[in-house]
Amino acid sequence: MTRTRTPAVSDWFTGEGDGFRLLGTRCTSCASVFFPREDSHCRNPHCAGGALEEVPLSRTGRIWSYTDSRYRPPSPYVSNPELPWEPYALIAVELQSERIVVLGQTVPGVTVADLTVGMEVEVVPGVLDEDAETTWTTWQWRPTGVTA
Amino acid sequence: MAADGGDGMTADVAVLGVGMHPWGKWGRSFVEYGTAAARAALADAGLDWPDVDSVVGADTVRGGYPGYVAGATFAKALGWQGARVASVYAACASGAQAIATARAQILAGLADVVLVVGADAAPKGFFRPAGGDRPDDPDWLRFRLLGATNPTYFGLYARRRIAVHGDTPEDFALVKVKNAALGALNPYARYRKRVTAEEVAASAVVADPLRLLDICATSDGGAALLLCSLDFARRHGAARPVRIRAVSTVTPRFPNTVLDLPDIATDSAVAVPAPDETFRASIARTAYEEAGIGPEDLSLAEVYDLSTALELQWYEDLGLCGEGEGAKLLREGATAPGGRIPVNTSGGLASFGEAVPAQAIAQVCEVTWQLREVAGDRQVAGARVGITANQGLFGHGSSVVAVR
Repeated sequence: MTRTRTPAVSDWFTGEGDGFRLLGTRCTSCASVFFPREDSHCRNPHCAGGALEEVPLSRTGRIWSYTDSRYRPPSPYVSNPELPWEPYALIAVELQSERIVVLGQTVPGVTVADLTVGMEVEVVPGVLDEDAETTWTTWQWRPTGVTA
Repeated sequence: MAADGGDGMTADVAVLGVGMHPWGKWGRSFVEYGTAAARAALADAGLDWPDVDSVVGADTVRGGYPGYVAGATFAKALGWQGARVASVYAACASGAQAIATARAQILAGLADVVLVVGADAAPKGFFRPAGGDRPDDPDWLRFRLLGATNPTYFGLYARRRIAVHGDTPEDFALVKVKNAALGALNPYARYRKRVTAEEVAASAVVADPLRLLDICATSDGGAALLLCSLDFARRHGAARPVRIRAVSTVTPRFPNTVLDLPDIATDSAVAVPAPDETFRASIARTAYEEAGIGPEDLSLAEVYDLSTALELQWYEDLGLCGEGEGAKLLREGATAPGGRIPVNTSGGLASFGEAVPAQAIAQVCEVTWQLREVAGDRQVAGARVGITANQGLFGHGSSVVAVR
């Protein structure tokens, strides 16, 4: 049986492979960018508020900081309690042109030992978890040049 | 108008009584901890419960409906006596919001005597969001999409300090060593054993680079204050009470460019430049300005050491030292007992573990004992001015300045 690939959160990212991008919104009046997307009103307190248009965010950025999760997080994070817990790294990435820091998991196999603050990373599609019918997809960060 | 006899300050309220229920994992209801703390504060103040005009409860989200209406829950448990009531929630800053509410009522002349109470009964393990599928809730999303527990944010901040300021895990461990030694002297602390740097280094990594002994636990506990007008304090025979001179409850300024719990991203600074000071620094500055003091006037500080590394961050945010100099200040012994500005003489969260709505109130209890010079082996000699600082997730600043 084939599982349906479904984003774990709606309208936060789009595309496949090299075309994969995080999606934010931008105020057409003041040019502030929002991620997670802001669809109702610009949050810049000095802006009267313009229409918010969807924009793809930069594909690459630099590591602001990183850490990992050595213990199993509680629900609603989904993990199989029957399998040993496999720690994964989390990276906060600074996107230069948007002047924003976005948190994400790393791709599987990358650990904190592989990371340094300031390192360039790129956003790639990944799998958050799977159930009987659905593969829940997400965004992940990967050091640039790593193809594994 | 000089309400307190001549120094011109009109915004002070008196701390007539303080009380705490010991922190721990007692397995009982938060109501029990809160009412025990309230009774202790009443006894400390020499007041009876029917003397109280108003009750302000700091809410807990872990006690069901009674937790959301904590003020009324405590009032009922103490015995309905008709006092006005308020319940406030601001995550870790809930206690400070409760103090701010009480102070506003007193200064507005709506109440003479206000009881402030916060208490929590914490679950085992990580804090987690409320149940149900709630994809519009950032707190739910960070767990669902990232498994980003509170300690992972502490890990990000700690790694950033290592990269930017050259802090080391050994520096972080020294914070725990200092605070554990103080907690060993505090009968209300949950952890009362001294800890060595070797023990910190041997504890398990939870969120790289932080280890188990770098990160505060979650605890049961309760704390209460009896606040009153200076006139009432004088009539009650308290000639020189500890006085709360400032309560800062500020929010961030757009764009908030430091990744903040429980957010997945910062604000963008592409259209509006980032403010000159961080949110945390603005919390303390606002308190200083309101109190008309500066960091050089402090005798002690109680800061929110959710992690060891965060205590160092607070040194800088409170202006106790320059940016990036927190570890140096610690290593010089300036923040230890006998130092220039002792920090977390209570033992801090390192010794208490976090009982969320009680914690900012407990900070004021410690400052009060210090200013009364009744803190026993923890006493800071000649303490005259104390500050507390904390930050609640979702953008809540909290800082209280007390003087005597």
